[in-house]
Amino acid sequence: MEQNNRKGWLYLLPAMLFLGFFLVYPLVDVFIYSFEEGYNSASQTYFGIGLYNYNYVLHDPYFLQALKNTFILVAITVPVSTGIALLISVGLASIKPLRNLYQTVYFLPYVTNTLAVGLVFMILFKKTAYTDGLANLIINWFGGESVDFIDGPYWAKMFVLCFYTVWAVMPFKILVLTSALASVKQDYYNAAKVDGTSKLRIFTKITLPMISPTLFYLIITGFIGAFKAYSDAVALFGTNLNAAQMNTIVGYVYDMLYGNSGGYPSYASAAAIILFAIVLTITCINLLVSRKHVHYA
Amino acid sequence: MEKRKDYLRLERSAERRKAAVKTVTYVFLTIWAILVLFPFYWMLLTSVKSYSAYSSEYIPAFFTLNPTIENYIHAFTAVPLGGYFINTMIFTLVTTALMLVVTVLAAFAFSRLNFKGKDLAFTAFLALMMIPSELVVITNFVTITNWDLRNTFAGLILPSVTSVFYIYLLKENFAQIPDELYYAAKVDGTSDLKYLLKVMVPICRPTIVTITILKVIECWNSYVWPRLITDDEAYFLVSNGIQSIRENGFGRENIPAMMAAVVVISIPLILLFLIFRNKIMAGVARGGTKG
Repeated sequence: MEQNNRKGWLYLLPAMLFLGFFLVYPLVDVFIYSFEEGYNSASQTYFGIGLYNYNYVLHDPYFLQALKNTFILVAITVPVSTGIALLISVGLASIKPLRNLYQTVYFLPYVTNTLAVGLVFMILFKKTAYTDGLANLIINWFGGESVDFIDGPYWAKMFVLCFYTVWAVMPFKILVLTSALASVKQDYYNAAKVDGTSKLRIFTKITLPMISPTLFYLIITGFIGAFKAYSDAVALFGTNLNAAQMNTIVGYVYDMLYGNSGGYPSYASAAAIILFAIVLTITCINLLVSRKHVHYA
Repeated sequence: MEKRKDYLRLERSAERRKAAVKTVTYVFLTIWAILVLFPFYWMLLTSVKSYSAYSSEYIPAFFTLNPTIENYIHAFTAVPLGGYFINTMIFTLVTTALMLVVTVLAAFAFSRLNFKGKDLAFTAFLALMMIPSELVVITNFVTITNWDLRNTFAGLILPSVTSVFYIYLLKENFAQIPDELYYAAKVDGTSDLKYLLKVMVPICRPTIVTITILKVIECWNSYVWPRLITDDEAYFLVSNGIQSIRENGFGRENIPAMMAAVVVISIPLILLFLIFRNKIMAGVARGGTKG
């Protein structure tokens, strides 16, 4: 191929301009912000360089609340959603009639607006003066007491948040797992059948190892996605998440940047970098664990 | 004789077990399908109940005999839902169009042209895929504010244009086109740009359609960036619109009208999905995220 230096870079230029301004420069800048103490966004001045911003963020009760919420959310939704998605995909793989219909239905939440459908969930779970809401109606059927899931006790709010998050992340997981299951070679199953292997054994000895890379991919993306939860919480509890005790780390970053308590890009940067460090650490741990358990063909 | 009966019994019990497993599977799958569909049903149902009927139901009714469209009229007249809609449309169309131009040009450079520093540039691009948007949004907010682009379409669109992943996806696809086509076109005196537009883009149409749809979905649902960069209602997108409707729209309690707005906002993407079902699902399986 002929060398054509100027032309090559010319074709790349638009992409490089966009990425340079809005991805590379901000990446460098966010670290600088996070170390500039007492930064004033109006005069663009600061006192000095140091770790004060991190110190402030790590001692801010709102941040600690957000940290706790995010960790609970991750710890519940990642295993639950991955587990249910696995069950559903295995179920889907074992049936023929209606399979396409089910697959289409299961994918619907992916194409819906998080904020819009979150509003529906809020109405289903909210208890107001006129009505206890549908969720409470069902609880009452089983003889339970009505609970306000939106403005009520902490565990109730956390339950709705987890429920909605699982509902929203399921389509992606089911889709990916279904295609992974479909790609397992039929030969293995036939061989196992000839040997009279039991279904459970087939599942643990053939299916699981064969799809383990996909499963592992879903767990990693699940962790990353859940750590960045934000819009789901806004959809359910409104924009003032600190007041609802339901803020997440990403929510904290945005609130610091702009919003009721806003105007502190330095604190926002420090919080964002802490989040990034957490995600990176967890991903590394995942990778280490997977080396032992994931079977790459 | 005894033995044969035994076999028959065994066979029958095996069949019964099989049928039981099938039934349990279907019941389980149906329960999840209901859980998925129910919120959609509920929003449709609530949106056609009249306000007075809705607020007099202490125990919510599962169907209505007197559907009304007054909520839809209300949704378009009492709040600027139409405006949010048009804004989102403009934002989605322009962002997606710009993304396509940038992506196609960059993918072409990486797959077809040969220039100094190409490998290094490509590695750098791949590394950029790992940067989470949460990390860069802070500086972008400051940049756009300094450029005086808050509450403008330019401010909304510019940082949302590039997706490194799509460049990568398209580059992989472009690279599969045999070199012979390129040389043949060169012999005929076709320019690079013309070759790109007349040969490569048509051949890779499926991938281009896929990334277009994924980007449209992403744009239609984007919330965080628009929320940061707009506080003037005239520039709200649907997500921000729905949030502001919820917080101070129809008077907090007019839930049927809210649901009508939610239905209107959800319909375009659901239609898009039903039309391009296979393309979207294949595209997401290959390269979607949101999990």
